[in-house]
Amino acid sequence: MNRSVYLYILVMAGVTYLIRMLPLTLIRKEIKNTYVRSFLYYVPYVTLSVMIFPAILSATSSVWSGGAALAVAAFLAYRGKSLFQVSTAACAAVFVLEWLMDLL
Amino acid sequence: MDDKIQQYRYGLRDGVPIGLGYLAVSFTFGIMAGQAGIGVLAAVIMSLTNLTSAGQFAALGVIQSGAPFMEMAAVQFIINLRYCLMSCSLSQKMAPDMPFFHRFLISYGVTDEVFGVSACREGNLSPYYAYGLISVAVPGWTFGTLLGAVSGDLLPARLLSALSVALYGMFLAIVIPPARGSRVLAGVVAVSMAASFLFSVIPLLGGVTSGFKVIILTVLIAGGAAYFFPVEDEQRGGAG
Repeated sequence: MNRSVYLYILVMAGVTYLIRMLPLTLIRKEIKNTYVRSFLYYVPYVTLSVMIFPAILSATSSVWSGGAALAVAAFLAYRGKSLFQVSTAACAAVFVLEWLMDLL
Repeated sequence: MDDKIQQYRYGLRDGVPIGLGYLAVSFTFGIMAGQAGIGVLAAVIMSLTNLTSAGQFAALGVIQSGAPFMEMAAVQFIINLRYCLMSCSLSQKMAPDMPFFHRFLISYGVTDEVFGVSACREGNLSPYYAYGLISVAVPGWTFGTLLGAVSGDLLPARLLSALSVALYGMFLAIVIPPARGSRVLAGVVAVSMAASFLFSVIPLLGGVTSGFKVIILTVLIAGGAAYFFPVEDEQRGGAG
């Protein structure tokens, strides 16, 4: 059993690394095509937005604390706060709200 | 030389939310790996070598069922194919003359979060910045796995619940500021979130894995945005 677990890990690590590595090593030149460049420019904004919502609502133990984290983080991000500030404020909002909800 | 150290420091600083968020997620992974009967050492090695959340959670089921290695390869390919899209996007943030060894090393750390932070940074990506991010992300992911696998109740539930939004908070801090200055980006962000929400409520689409959902929506929405709002050169590099 144990030996085969490590073989599984080797297989998955290999596949995952190749997926990440091939584009970074094969695409070395600047792409000139405006459409492709624009597409790649928009990629991170779409992927991150898709991952944020609605997943943030179910990340915590209650949909309310998840919603509060979303509101706090969106507000602070809009105000231009740093990654660290926005992120820790979202965590703090969840912590405080869930603590209050337990009290009530 | 100084610039390299400076970039590395920026990376460490921006990596802190990643490390905290990873601690929470990988702690849960460690608990589940323990329940799946995978040894503590194997769980830690899996986290250290794979550095991927959804893929590792799925792998537990594959290992438990004793499926063929090909099945493991296929599962990882499908779930992690989104990284291919991310690496393609990241390739355009790298100086064309960046040496291969940097490319090989950075490849190891292309997670959703490292990609998000790196891709939305202004100008070309310094490999040292990426190394800074990875230097915080990997210990967070690996150490959290260890804690979860050794003792599932070491971190209180309330702390875990709070830490689990760290990554989402970080994502918001990445996408919102540029969207503020650009109507097109604001639209892209709003449409992406709405589409993602629709995906989660339409029963027919419920069976699509999270990795494929990201791929499908990215191709459609980024493809549409690129068609209707092609980006001029001056706009690139996060200046928007």
